[in-house]
Amino acid sequence: MNFDTTTLIPVLPEIYLLTLASVVLLVDIMLRDDQRLLTYILAQAGLAAGLLLLLVLPGEGKTVVFSGHYVRDAMGDVLKIALFVTAIGAFLYSKDYLRARKLFKGEFYVLGLLALLGMSVMISANSFLSLYLGLELLALSLYAMVAFDRDSPAGSEAAMKYFILGAVASGMLLYGISMIYGATGSLIFGEVSKGVATADRLVLVFGLVFVVIGLAFKLGAVPFHMWVPDVYEGSPTATTLFIGSIPKIAAFAMAMRLLVDGLGGLHEDWQGMLIILAVLSMAVGNVFALAQGNIKRMLAYSTISHVGFLMLGVLSGTQAGYSSSMFYAIVYAIMALGAFGIVILLSREGFEADKLADLKGLNQRSPWFAAMMMLLMFSMAGVPPTVGFFAKLFVLQAVVGVSLTWLALVAVFFSIIGAFYYLRIVKLMYFDKPDTDVALEAGWDAKLGLSLNGLAILYFGMFPASLLSVCQVAFG
Amino acid sequence: MSADWPILSLTIWLPIIGGMLVLAGGDKAPNITRWLAVLVSVATFLVSLSLWSGFDPSTAQMQFVERAPWIEMFRIEYYLGVDGISMPLILLTTFITILVIIAGWEVIQFKPSQYMAAFLVMEGVMVGVFSALDAMLFYVFWEAMLIPMFLIIGIWGGPNRVYATIKFFLYTFLGSVFMLVALIYMYFKSGNMEILGFHGLKLDLTEQVLIFIAFLLAFAVKVPMWPVHTWLPDAHVEAPTGGSVILAAIMLKIGGYGFLRFSLPITPDASNELDGMIIAMSLIAVVYIGFVALVQQDMKKLIAYSSIAHMGFVTLGFFIVFIIMGRADVTGGAVLGIEGGMVQMISHGFISAAMFLCVGVLYDRVHSRMIKDYGGVVNTMPWFAAFMVFFAMSNAGLPGTSGFVGEFMVILASFRADFWFAFLAATTLIVGAAYTLWMVKRVVFGDVANHHVAELEDITKREVLVLGSLAVAVLVLGLWPAPLVEVMDATVRNLLAHVAVSKL
Repeated sequence: MNFDTTTLIPVLPEIYLLTLASVVLLVDIMLRDDQRLLTYILAQAGLAAGLLLLLVLPGEGKTVVFSGHYVRDAMGDVLKIALFVTAIGAFLYSKDYLRARKLFKGEFYVLGLLALLGMSVMISANSFLSLYLGLELLALSLYAMVAFDRDSPAGSEAAMKYFILGAVASGMLLYGISMIYGATGSLIFGEVSKGVATADRLVLVFGLVFVVIGLAFKLGAVPFHMWVPDVYEGSPTATTLFIGSIPKIAAFAMAMRLLVDGLGGLHEDWQGMLIILAVLSMAVGNVFALAQGNIKRMLAYSTISHVGFLMLGVLSGTQAGYSSSMFYAIVYAIMALGAFGIVILLSREGFEADKLADLKGLNQRSPWFAAMMMLLMFSMAGVPPTVGFFAKLFVLQAVVGVSLTWLALVAVFFSIIGAFYYLRIVKLMYFDKPDTDVALEAGWDAKLGLSLNGLAILYFGMFPASLLSVCQVAFG
Repeated sequence: MSADWPILSLTIWLPIIGGMLVLAGGDKAPNITRWLAVLVSVATFLVSLSLWSGFDPSTAQMQFVERAPWIEMFRIEYYLGVDGISMPLILLTTFITILVIIAGWEVIQFKPSQYMAAFLVMEGVMVGVFSALDAMLFYVFWEAMLIPMFLIIGIWGGPNRVYATIKFFLYTFLGSVFMLVALIYMYFKSGNMEILGFHGLKLDLTEQVLIFIAFLLAFAVKVPMWPVHTWLPDAHVEAPTGGSVILAAIMLKIGGYGFLRFSLPITPDASNELDGMIIAMSLIAVVYIGFVALVQQDMKKLIAYSSIAHMGFVTLGFFIVFIIMGRADVTGGAVLGIEGGMVQMISHGFISAAMFLCVGVLYDRVHSRMIKDYGGVVNTMPWFAAFMVFFAMSNAGLPGTSGFVGEFMVILASFRADFWFAFLAATTLIVGAAYTLWMVKRVVFGDVANHHVAELEDITKREVLVLGSLAVAVLVLGLWPAPLVEVMDATVRNLLAHVAVSKL
């Protein structure tokens, strides 16, 4: 193959991210501890410029480069934009938190950017190989971020757990990939999907099972969810914020690339598996969240239930279903970002604010941020006029559209249970008296970000068409 | 106001935006906040009056229609309009909200701006529920209504408010999510979300029954019908006076409205099939809940149970029509049933609001809702006693008050269907009189019971204004219900003509 530099243009976002990560790493070495803010500014400015790059980068239809291992398409573009936006938010919210805990180090941003690069590669992967590369880059960066507070035993334990379970999951995924490779003779998704029709079905389905297990691990779907609550609770909240929001976008992309692009021919087989995973996730996630007293754990179980919802759209196997899931993934990332952002806002030096009780009486301490958190909670519960309702609505529509009405009924039933623990947060903020009247410590930038975050929930709830049309364009 | 103004949108968004302004005003100058809130609610009421004046009662068509695409990919529209059923309910909403805001003037000292804003936002959302003609828009308003009410009960409610408000929220949420699935199902059948389009949709009996049950879950919880009424006494008892008023006067009506807008026209055959069940539930509500009300010690609880019994009349009137239409020898009775139910809804809106406000007046002074803590109130509060006795009489269905008209129409209609239905329904005139008047006897009359009662001061001018305007409304509707009936007549006849045609 002759190397042609124009083939690099579709890969520019990834090249840019890698360069940015390297530059941040190098610059950070030169800085003294009291100059770390520069690292942060550099990372944020870099991300903002990257966002601009994504917006102006020309792209029509679908471009496949690197011998078929890499694809640039509309879905990838939209997801990468969402990735960059949420990453800017995550860095913004975590800045004050890291500073107060003497964790304000350049490595956080380097690791974050590398994780972002991994996700970006996953989103644009067009073969099992590149997908796996992206996934591992993401996972390794996240392991380190979980253990970022190296003196915290809980953090180290969480990182260890995450690492071991993540490695097992990667093993499963690789095993499944090798089966499918054996059956179809290719790693490229396009050729795999052609090979599916003629290949040995037994081997294919066997491989599919392992691929789905690997995917479920990464998504945190029941029964492969054990790591989620522990990792969320043990990590520094800044990392939880990162893990809890952004990788959901990549996980959605991974599901799409693997199951739809690669194994679309086996839709009937994986649909059944995803139904089981989705129902279990919604059930376990919502019921277990009820019993949590730690808000990070509660949000972890809530994530699990949202993953269940997200899978509903994918398993429907229609264009409308895919775009509804994509809508859900992006909306969930925004909601999780905001919710963890509020947790960070409430915390201060020497105080983590990770107990539910720490939200008590927030309405009296800060009516504005109580209102923002209320919007986020009602959005997660799926109550209009917030965007969370439309995310659920579109997914349910996709499921009913393929005559799985019973599944929609199961989903709404569990969302009633889910409503209870979100309401409890509202109850704590509005109906209880505060234990403390310490003012909220946060910079204007984080406050502005959170306000925009909360208002976005309302804005997209009233005008969901703007975001939805983007998601639909992604699927032609 | 010219006819091409978007009056419905104004009625929805004026209070919501006004509520946001009130919220932004904060609590630094509470009196300005209060005046602003009153101003917004009065302005909204004036705007909504043009719905009445510009309404053409001769047609069953939707009027004041506004249509704009909202979510084009799913053909969901911002589609508003009113007919003879929804228009009076909108006026009821805007009227009651003014009273609630005035009634909360002094009582609410904790975060008054949030309190006023919650009611204003809820006003807009409830008008939205009544005027939405797109099923998804309806659902959005329907659910959004829960949020302010959840906060109102939870923040300003009584000691057990958290339990009550979470129970309220989850109960109604439970009911409505199944309706959501039913709406999505019909969306795939008809290709869009127009409620009027759903009316003409062909559905087989199994589909109809399932959809009917999904709707029933949503609306029966809201009305509330026996046996899913248990959230209401809790919510009423714990809610602040204003919350109880809105809950009883308007929110319950949304359930009744849902039956007329969704259940009857979309699933006529299922309604016909299952009407026995609904009639039985309604009669149980009327008779059994009436007796339950009799033994209550708490005034608010008593009125709450009385609300359930009165709403039983509404559902009875709506579903009795299927029996009447099944019998060829009677005509006109069906119209009477539905119109009676509608009149009952409006009348109950006034009376229940007035009763809760009366209890609120006493509660603000003595801080007790227990009947046993009162006695001989007439000696210290003669003006108040006059109002309370008047409203109690209308609650018991005294002819000349609005309470009589609706009940009488429904009982008359029931006679056309079955003597025993009418007989059971008519027992309410006895039981209803018993529980209301017995309460009044114990609270208002007799000797002064204790020093609390002895120290009572009569109602202020503000309270006279609130109770007085409700008394006028009750009397006008009681003596001259014709204008209200005329407004809805064409719509009701059209609805019945539609329901009479099987969809199978």
